[in-house]
Amino acid sequence: MLRLEKRPSPSRFWQGATPVLAVVLTMIAGGLMFAALGKNPFEAIRTIFWDPLFNAQFASYSRPQLLVKAGPLILIAIGLSLGFRAGIWNIGAEGQYIMGALFGAGVGLAFYPADHWFIFPLMVVAGAFGGWIWAMIPAVLKTKFNTNEILVSLLMVYIAQNFLSSMSLGLLRNPEGGGFPGSRNLSQYPAASNPELIAGTGLHWGVIAAFMAVIAAYILLQRHILGFHIKLAGQAPRAARYAGVNPTGLVVLCMGISGALAGLAGLFEVSGPAGQISIDFNVGYGFTAIIVAFLGRLNPIGILLAGLLMALTYIGGELAQFMLGLPAAAIQAFQGMLLFFLLAVDLLSNYRIRFATKKEAL
Amino acid sequence: MNRRTLLATAALGLGLAFGTAASAQGMDKVKACFVYVGPIGDLGWTYQHHQGALAVQEEFGDKVEIAYQENVPEGADAERVLTQMALSGCNIIFTTSFGYMDPTNNVAAKFPDIKFEHATGYKREHPNVSTYNARFYEGRAVQGHIAGKMTKTNKIGYIGSFPIPEVVMGINSYYLHAKKVNPDVELSVVWAFTWFDPAKEADSAKALIDQGVDVIAAHTDSTAPLAEAAKTNGAVIGFGQASDMADYKPSPRVASIIDNWNPYYIKRVGALLDGTYEQIDSWAGIPEGEVEIGEITDAVPADVKAEAEAMRDAIAAGSYHPFTGPINKQDGSAWLAEGAVAPDGDLLGMNFFVEGITGDIPK
Repeated sequence: MLRLEKRPSPSRFWQGATPVLAVVLTMIAGGLMFAALGKNPFEAIRTIFWDPLFNAQFASYSRPQLLVKAGPLILIAIGLSLGFRAGIWNIGAEGQYIMGALFGAGVGLAFYPADHWFIFPLMVVAGAFGGWIWAMIPAVLKTKFNTNEILVSLLMVYIAQNFLSSMSLGLLRNPEGGGFPGSRNLSQYPAASNPELIAGTGLHWGVIAAFMAVIAAYILLQRHILGFHIKLAGQAPRAARYAGVNPTGLVVLCMGISGALAGLAGLFEVSGPAGQISIDFNVGYGFTAIIVAFLGRLNPIGILLAGLLMALTYIGGELAQFMLGLPAAAIQAFQGMLLFFLLAVDLLSNYRIRFATKKEAL
Repeated sequence: MNRRTLLATAALGLGLAFGTAASAQGMDKVKACFVYVGPIGDLGWTYQHHQGALAVQEEFGDKVEIAYQENVPEGADAERVLTQMALSGCNIIFTTSFGYMDPTNNVAAKFPDIKFEHATGYKREHPNVSTYNARFYEGRAVQGHIAGKMTKTNKIGYIGSFPIPEVVMGINSYYLHAKKVNPDVELSVVWAFTWFDPAKEADSAKALIDQGVDVIAAHTDSTAPLAEAAKTNGAVIGFGQASDMADYKPSPRVASIIDNWNPYYIKRVGALLDGTYEQIDSWAGIPEGEVEIGEITDAVPADVKAEAEAMRDAIAAGSYHPFTGPINKQDGSAWLAEGAVAPDGDLLGMNFFVEGITGDIPK
């Protein structure tokens, strides 16, 4: 007989061990799925987890790409995790990401073709502002009218997408693009571009910003009174109020930080890897970052690792698709399993499994 | 390094250069890779490209190896996928969506020995980039004719994907030929801003049907618009797009435009194998068999069917061009004079509706 017994406090050992266990379980279940599809499961797992890092043919290219892909995920997830810890659910990072890119690219393109040192820094500020202002809409609606920030922030994503279409067809369209939608390519405009800083490393300003965000969030949560307030508000809202935490201020602050970071991620992406504003510029980083935040247990270091792991499954998954002919849906299912197992084994950190004898059960 | 070894090295280098040039004359085995914007099971655009890939395999057997990747987003991800394909030993890479244009050219710059073929684009920035497209507007003319004859409400619809010349061209051709046989016809265009998203495509079809539209043409990749039309018990008809979509025969699917990429893919991979490969910009249509009109079903009256087939045959024979003047632009200004035929350049950069279409191209 199995019995679950609630632990008085979450187990520290299992909190660290469950992500690893989840990855192992995903490999086993995923391997079974790949075998059912008629592929060698060991080869498939190796292609996903090993080849992007160590394959002689690809690794020199795909290893840096890991940072390119993980950078925006980590940057957004760090912002989201602060709100999630306080029980403030910003689901609309995708929209804030788009608006950050639009504001930032708009500022850069307004200067075209001038060459000043301050253009890129100004774009960074504009990008953060774009994401922040977009997050302020659900934040203010929540604090003033008590609307649900989950719904409002999510719906704002669709508005942002329509803005994106309108901008790439209208105001920001490349006048030399032959009538095709999409802005000028910022990577061909040095004053506004976010290039690879050291060749062959994948390192661009967005990746550096992501690392800085990890460190800042770690210090905030461990050492700062604000971090304490955030944690307290999430774990014991009433106690937080007695401790003098201002719930309105916390909503505005957490939504603002997550919006600004998502906006920054959008700016760094549009001026770097993506290069231009186009109708389908956003590819879901804002939503995937929610998974990354939880995979990393809302802990800055955890998010750093989770972002890298997620990026690995993307890049390895791409390799597995064309090297082994695995269908795209199988890779998505594999990524889904990862989240599923993580949430499932999470039980172990809050509960103890007891093998009760019959007598005890009676 | 002293002078003598330098010379020797140079000589060796020259020898190697000639050696590779000679082997570039032909290849024993080609790895052909395909990048798809949707899933191969979309039963539309991507499905047809994949049929082309399978036809290449069938034609050359052991001499080719096929690899492909589905659902590749247009943008930064495409560049990574292309680079990984190039690193994995692909000799020729077909990128099958408009949005892969810049990534294709960027990656081609880094791999001069690998051939890149971009569908529906116009940038050939490097000698190893070719572009290919099909004259879908020829098929749209046939559809427009059927639509103009078949509509009872005099309202016909078009689900646009993105407002790029390719799509605008199709809308104009469709409208012109509907108008020719039915002067009262009105066209509604809905922009879906996606190539493949069955839910959005179904919503677009629904929006058109709610406006009283009873003939729908789609420029998106899935069968969702036809599925939506099928719910109206025969009141609304549509067309198969990119693929035959024969499951919806005889109605709502009354005809279709089929993209047949097989001849082009076989030709290009074959050229690489036998050493006759050259950079090209290909734009073939009904005459070359790259655009086909799927069976016109019995839901269409026999005389309309005969007229539509006659138009198809005239296009195939080269005696009729769907854009033949007089045609005015939407604002009333003249575009083509009486009897003039649209130059390809005008079509490839088409960013205006023709006279009579209401509504604007999104800006």
